[in-house]
Amino acid sequence: MSAGADGERTIRTDYLARVEGEGSLYVRLRDGEVVDAKLKIFEPPRFFEAFLRGRSFDEVPDITARICGICPVAYQMSSCRAMEDALGVEVGGPLRDLRRLIYCGEWIESHGLHVFMLHAPDFLGYDSAIDMAKDHREVVQDGLQMKKAGNELIRVVGGREVHPINVRVGGFYRAPDKRELAPVREQLLRARELARAAVAWTGTLDFPDFERDVELVSLREPGEYPIDRGRLVSNRGLDIAPAEFEDHVVEEHVAHSNALHSRMRERGAYLAGPMARYELNFGELSPLARDAAREAGLDETSRNPFKSIVVRAVEILYALDEAVRLIDGYEVPDRPAEDVVPRAGVGHGWTEAPRGMLYHAYELDADGKIVTAKIVPPTSQNQKSIDEDLLGVVRQTISAGEEELRLRCEQAIRNYDPCISCATHFLRIDVEHV
Amino acid sequence: MSSTSSAAVVIGIGNSWAGDDAAGVLVARALRGNLPEGVALVEHEGEPTALIDAWAGKKLAVVVDATRAGTPPGTLRCFDASSAPLPAAYAGASTHAFTLAQAIELARGVGRLPPRLLVLGIEGAVFEAGAEPLPAVAGAIEPAARKVVDLVRTYY
Repeated sequence: MSAGADGERTIRTDYLARVEGEGSLYVRLRDGEVVDAKLKIFEPPRFFEAFLRGRSFDEVPDITARICGICPVAYQMSSCRAMEDALGVEVGGPLRDLRRLIYCGEWIESHGLHVFMLHAPDFLGYDSAIDMAKDHREVVQDGLQMKKAGNELIRVVGGREVHPINVRVGGFYRAPDKRELAPVREQLLRARELARAAVAWTGTLDFPDFERDVELVSLREPGEYPIDRGRLVSNRGLDIAPAEFEDHVVEEHVAHSNALHSRMRERGAYLAGPMARYELNFGELSPLARDAAREAGLDETSRNPFKSIVVRAVEILYALDEAVRLIDGYEVPDRPAEDVVPRAGVGHGWTEAPRGMLYHAYELDADGKIVTAKIVPPTSQNQKSIDEDLLGVVRQTISAGEEELRLRCEQAIRNYDPCISCATHFLRIDVEHV
Repeated sequence: MSSTSSAAVVIGIGNSWAGDDAAGVLVARALRGNLPEGVALVEHEGEPTALIDAWAGKKLAVVVDATRAGTPPGTLRCFDASSAPLPAAYAGASTHAFTLAQAIELARGVGRLPPRLLVLGIEGAVFEAGAEPLPAVAGAIEPAARKVVDLVRTYY
């Protein structure tokens, strides 16, 4: 923290720990009032959208999976959905179940990493999971065990644990048989017991008293908790199909960040991710997950972003429960993928990445080569919300000492599990400047 | 390629789409068919908990990864992380939330570190998506692979 002669002081954390990618925190105060609070992203833009131009439609799942080491399945699934929209392909039945199954694996492993390795240390007063493990070894071990079950599910369905290689436009290169899924089912059952306890444990953490009213946005598919498909809805009346996304959401470049910031046209910041999914789809959680949430004291409408750690634990439990259900009902598909024939077209697709809705759109030429690509990751969508949370948190904590204020701000950023690597691949700086 | 029953594992970490970050994976590929029988070989993206799973239960693990310590590209450095953390200059090379050094320390904290864990670092300079490895890094792959074979023969 530095103090200026004019009553201004600034708080900086130049390198934020326990977030995916490189970002920093910047807070400016004047005469005891907060003037500015921002998550600054300075990881270089990654130009994936430009990189995709000229590539064949069938290369996209594997290329876009490389954008993120934490949520490659989300990139594969959103890109496949968009390509299938462009090419008139419908993936249903057991192939669609298999997609949902591998996606459950990613929710388990991504949320597991965040809850137990990145976020829990904030609540327990440790600098890292390494320090936390010295006093809370069982919590870390259980977290690793749950995560391992997710990794194993991805390996069995996707061919390997990270950056699975079995996903293709139209389905999979190879569908597993029932015997291959049996061992992972046993792991999932054990992990499900750990997850029930983990939900209860997260409910005992000490949460700052902070709430913010914001538009909640997530997919919704009648009869199921949203993972791999649905319409995009909000608590303020949004209800759209993928092709309508860019009519409602605009992306802006802002001076302090290398990531584009999304906002709802006319309305501003919105929140994507576990908190939004949970509130908009509570009734679609499995009974096990719903009961665990209630027993942990989590209301059906929770607007305290610090409680996102509980919601993520509930979603880990749900994903484990859902994966067991999908395995129990699994029938080996007649063929591993639907036929896909290249043609000119435009396609839009979205799925629920662990951090929130991930949107892809592609224009293809007659040979199936990519003419344009657009990817809007959840961290870009949540950037405005993160900044608004920071403002509120600083206002509320302003009388605290500088270290407490800094830690609370960092915790507020980590509420979002921001994936900065995903957020910094914009192509052009041609949107509105603010 | 990997074997859960083997007592030793060689893990090449990297992203083959990100310039010099591919170094560890390229070394793993160069080692195919060149390791003693019973030594597992794994190409890995570096996700920390999966990494811990890959070496847990082994007697020996040799991990090959790109480094960003400020030395000339292609420089090889070998560390024994069995009883001490990686040096600070080699602790922050990952773009992920967890570095290799942190994964090692987390494994040490929960008792999932092999009795001997060796890290072979290959210094890189270019880590952008879509970039090719620098010639100096590409030229270090074969020497690194030979070094890994020496380490395995010495300690296995």
